[in-house]
Amino acid sequence: MTRKSNAWSQETNSEWLAALFVKHKSRSRRRTVAVMLVRAVILVLFIGLWEVAGRNKWIDPLLFSFPSRIGNLLLDMIRDGSIWPHVGMTVGETVVGFVLGTLIGTLIAALLWWFPFVSRVLDPYLVVLNSMPKVALGPIFIVALGPGFTSIVVTTLSVTVIITTLNIYNQFREVEEGLVKVVRLFGASRLQTFWYVIIPASFPVIISTLKVNVGLSWVGVMVGEFLVAKLGLGYLIIYGFQVFNFTLVLASLVIIAIVATVMYQLVTLLERRLTGGRRER
Amino acid sequence: MPDHGKLRLHNVTHVYVNDGGASLAVDSFNLTVGQGEFVSLVGPSGCGKTTVLHLIAGLLRPTRGEVTIGGAAVTGPTASVGYMLQQDYLFPWRNIQDNASIGLAINGKLTPDAKSRVRGLLQELELSGTELRYPHELSGGMRQRVALARTLATEPDVMLLDEPFSALDMHIKLQLEDLVWDTIRRRGQTAVLVTHDLAEAAAMSDRIIVLGRNPGRIRLTLDVPEELRRTSPMEARRHPSFQPLFEQLWEEMDVEEAASSSVDVRKERNGHHDEKV
Repeated sequence: MTRKSNAWSQETNSEWLAALFVKHKSRSRRRTVAVMLVRAVILVLFIGLWEVAGRNKWIDPLLFSFPSRIGNLLLDMIRDGSIWPHVGMTVGETVVGFVLGTLIGTLIAALLWWFPFVSRVLDPYLVVLNSMPKVALGPIFIVALGPGFTSIVVTTLSVTVIITTLNIYNQFREVEEGLVKVVRLFGASRLQTFWYVIIPASFPVIISTLKVNVGLSWVGVMVGEFLVAKLGLGYLIIYGFQVFNFTLVLASLVIIAIVATVMYQLVTLLERRLTGGRRER
Repeated sequence: MPDHGKLRLHNVTHVYVNDGGASLAVDSFNLTVGQGEFVSLVGPSGCGKTTVLHLIAGLLRPTRGEVTIGGAAVTGPTASVGYMLQQDYLFPWRNIQDNASIGLAINGKLTPDAKSRVRGLLQELELSGTELRYPHELSGGMRQRVALARTLATEPDVMLLDEPFSALDMHIKLQLEDLVWDTIRRRGQTAVLVTHDLAEAAAMSDRIIVLGRNPGRIRLTLDVPEELRRTSPMEARRHPSFQPLFEQLWEEMDVEEAASSSVDVRKERNGHHDEKV
């Protein structure tokens, strides 16, 4: 085939290549459309089946509700505006929890990198803290800090900080030795080494930790709100559960799914901004 | 040959100590390199070539003895000593221009003047047009040229070359040897090259030092004939006096390899020196 194409004139050759490219493009477009289609079908089937099953009492509508009921409840709550304080509160707690969690975790990781002695001393404590279910400390935070925003954020931090520290510190230690050598050879101080090499080399891991923390923060906030809140989506879930209004529980879950997805996409956007242009070696 | 020493290692001994024990890497090493001289260190692996280079760069402090550059003792790495590594180690998140000027940034000398000098350097090394591109977009030879630009940007007067050509294809390697040799000559820099490639050492340097291993010490010093010193590496390889020099080096290395591959000899030597440590 190669020999043949060489024999062709330049023009036929480029035409042939262009045709191949067009074929490839249309094939990949067809594949993309098919994926979207199957996705949509799954969603419609799921919601439709749920609706039918609920209306026909194949499943207990008191327990599992069904989509149109949930939709109506959501619309009502949006119309009378009663939903927004709950959404605002929970989103506020989650965002503060996950930004602070990542920052504090990174800061502790930096401390451990800076003082290897401290890192060796703290190692077993970090391992124990990491394997402990820290949400169990929630009641203590609530008593100590009073019920409300602060104690919920601190509960969230207890979930995110340790794992962030461990992940990022491990990355700090695994930064390519040669890159560190390059700046050391220029007489860089430890702070400069940290700033010029360690931090930028760890950006991808810091971002992926941010992504994990989106999920973890929601866990922390939910637990906190279950325990104490008078406001928030976690409160709505617990309230719905107590009055046996599972439509309210599921409606809250739908909102959480939407907000969590938006937060995740924002982090992805940030990732693209921060790591634009670079690629792994 | 220049009369005064730009670079001196005086009775330098280096011991690596770790959990596995202490081992003697370089023993009572003496070396004087004149201003503008190009010296190569060759020897079998494990002969302490790179350790010597690290000592000169200030990355390591000698366990005993003293290293001086221009009469002043070396206390740590500075930008006035340039160091080229075996790999380019460009920062993937910095574009080429920013990679080349990292040394200036670290030393707080990234003035507009310095920036334009870096652009000039990139041009001189035939890298113009790549300033805003990222390392992964460049070929291996280009990347190593960027690493050279990065080293030259801080205008060092001593250049330490730690096998900087060994990871490259033959063709690119020869080109880069010429380029590096030429830039160093034109700037009148003092250079120390560590290599395991005997032809490279013969083609580039004024003086070749053959090291023996366990521990590292000078076995032999060979002066490169005047006519080879003056010609570029590429031409030197074709010069009639090149082959005899290369063969002489080859024989020396053969003897050294034979000696150090004998385990008994090595053990005896090690034991002897451990007592001294």
